[in-house]
Amino acid sequence: MKRYITRRLLLLLPTLLLVSFLVFCIVRIIPGDAVTLMVAEMGFADDEAELRAVLGLDQSLPRQYWNYMRNALRGDLGTSLWSGQPVLEEITRRLPLTFRLALMALFWTLLTGIPLGVLSALKQDTWLDYLLRSVSVGGLSIPSFWLATLLVVFGAIWFRWVPPIDFIPFGEDPLASLGQLVVPSLVLSVALSASIMRMTRTMMLEVMREDYIRTARAKGLSEWVVVIRHALANSLIPVLSIMGIQMAFLVGGTVIMESIFVLPGMGKYLLDAITWRDYPVIQGINLFICTLIICINLVIDLLYGVLDPRIRY
Amino acid sequence: MMPTPMQNQQQAKPILEVHGLIVRFTLRDGALIAVRNVSFDLFPGESLGVVGESGCGKSVTFLSVMRLIPTPPGKIDAVKMRFSGMDLLDASKRQMRRIRGNRISMVFQDPMSSLNPVLTIGRQMREGIQLHLGLSGRSLDDRCIELLDKVGISAPEMRLKSYPHQLSGGIRQRVMIAMALSCNPSILLADEPTTALDVTIQDQILRLIRDLTRDLGTASVLITHNLGAVAGTTDRIMVMYAGRIVEKAPTPLLFKDPRHPYTQGLLRSIPRVDQPAGRRLYSISGAPPDLLRETIQGCAFAPRCPLAEEQCVAQAPSLEPFAPEHLVSCWKAADAHQHG
Ligand SMILES: Nc1ncnc2c1ncn2[C@@H]1O[C@H](COP(=O)(O)OP(=O)(O)O)[C@@H](O)[C@H]1O
Ligand code: SF4
Ligand SMILES: [Mg+2]
Repeated sequence: MKRYITRRLLLLLPTLLLVSFLVFCIVRIIPGDAVTLMVAEMGFADDEAELRAVLGLDQSLPRQYWNYMRNALRGDLGTSLWSGQPVLEEITRRLPLTFRLALMALFWTLLTGIPLGVLSALKQDTWLDYLLRSVSVGGLSIPSFWLATLLVVFGAIWFRWVPPIDFIPFGEDPLASLGQLVVPSLVLSVALSASIMRMTRTMMLEVMREDYIRTARAKGLSEWVVVIRHALANSLIPVLSIMGIQMAFLVGGTVIMESIFVLPGMGKYLLDAITWRDYPVIQGINLFICTLIICINLVIDLLYGVLDPRIRY
Repeated sequence: MMPTPMQNQQQAKPILEVHGLIVRFTLRDGALIAVRNVSFDLFPGESLGVVGESGCGKSVTFLSVMRLIPTPPGKIDAVKMRFSGMDLLDASKRQMRRIRGNRISMVFQDPMSSLNPVLTIGRQMREGIQLHLGLSGRSLDDRCIELLDKVGISAPEMRLKSYPHQLSGGIRQRVMIAMALSCNPSILLADEPTTALDVTIQDQILRLIRDLTRDLGTASVLITHNLGAVAGTTDRIMVMYAGRIVEKAPTPLLFKDPRHPYTQGLLRSIPRVDQPAGRRLYSISGAPPDLLRETIQGCAFAPRCPLAEEQCVAQAPSLEPFAPEHLVSCWKAADAHQHG
């Protein structure tokens, strides 16, 4: 087990190396850099070369990459080209909000996806099953950015509900702060929940046909116990793997939700950084997200072992 | 001499009475009658063998007794189906749950798939005992250990913590038997309990079932497609074909004087120790009818029967007494000589 975790964490290094390299190249392919923007915005035309030198953008690309990597390995992700603040600090300041948003979306996803999937399977081929299945197909095919935009626009027209412009910090009023995340996280969970629901339904139908379910019934256990104790755990093993895949989607979704609902989290920060070509920030956030997703997947893989005793690491 | 269960039969009341059982399945591509008018009694402490090729309705018959047939697509009908005086057809779900695992329990064919892979043996054993006998804590564990010990599993305390995949097929089937006997049931239904196991341990398991049910006075039903498996372990045998009982007799009589050509065929397909080396094992040619696609006219066995005549195809024989305690469903029961 310990060896397994160590090996997986060691594998993290080459992955991060590759990701950092790709992101490094991609941000520099986007036309224009921070300096041209600064010049265009503020109009100090003569200092352009000097500005580049100050920001270290005059160095050769391999040199820049080398510096970036060397510092990153020491835990220093550089400073923002615009604010001059350390990137790591900026990220960790915005991270809790993104975390809360993602966790809340995950909460809705599990809260609705799994029970509805089970229900749909138990009521196979009844009107309820058909209804739930149509809803899940709908949920899967509605893009979350579209749904979010719709809510913002029609919320304002019909319900006089507007996403608040001023975000209430968690420290100021935790409940109100979380309250602001309810709608974005719900929107984010729609597609996730729909796919969890479909997977749960499929797996439940399969597991309910297994011999050990018949054994459980032959013991005289109530249907409730058969479903919860004997069928659910076995059905959730494959559902878990879907969730691993969904993590990347979830993180991507928070970026979109934060920008539509104007939430000052990591996603919003990333989009702004892209707009302003703030290379260190883009690179830093990507490394961060990548590490996060890999770690979550590791946790999920370890959870397999908890759910399924046949798996040994 | 102890009275055999056979001799007891006259005084004792049957613990299980099944009369005119019919089980249908309505499927997407048609309807199927899996069990066609099956009647039998089971007496306390008796051991009944049920024999027939795969698809003859053996499992469906006894799953119906447990009311474990999924309905729909299944539908169970019977003139009478009573367990110790209680109507199993009219019993509520709740009443059935009190019978299952408690008064009637079941061991299934494949011990590999019949145990839940994600729960420990202990957890799976305890839940039935807890439910029906209300034991808990130390006494619950003691009961589990005692049971595992009884079915010949060594280091039972340790086994309680094992997961099914850590045990061999034979051990798992012993666990299934321990679980089935855990609440001292009146009837143990064993559906092909050795079919999925290694030949070398089949005999051990069969003897274990016979010895334990004898000790506990539990009536047992041993379902198998291998007539040889029930030879030494049952009091009576009923042979099923295409959803019907074709012959029913006390075990010694059935082996000595089988009257139905199907029974005779099954008998000849038993591998024998004294068989000359190199001789191929006999098997009945053809296959049982496909109940979903074929309509059966007359005797269902006619297409495969060496003695079939016009009359056989025209009209189905009914199950008639041939001798005391010996029922046969064949027009030529009287002159069907054992050949081979
Ligand atoms: N749940 C079910 N749905 C549809 N058909 C079934 C079901 N269970 C059994 N059958 C059919 O009933 C017939 C008898 O099956 P079964 O009792 O399992 O035979 P066996 O004698 O091998 O135990 C077979 O044709 C089988 O296909
Ligand atoms: S009734 Fe006829 S076909 Fe059927 S088993 Fe007897 S002899 Fe064979
Ligand atoms: Mg069967």
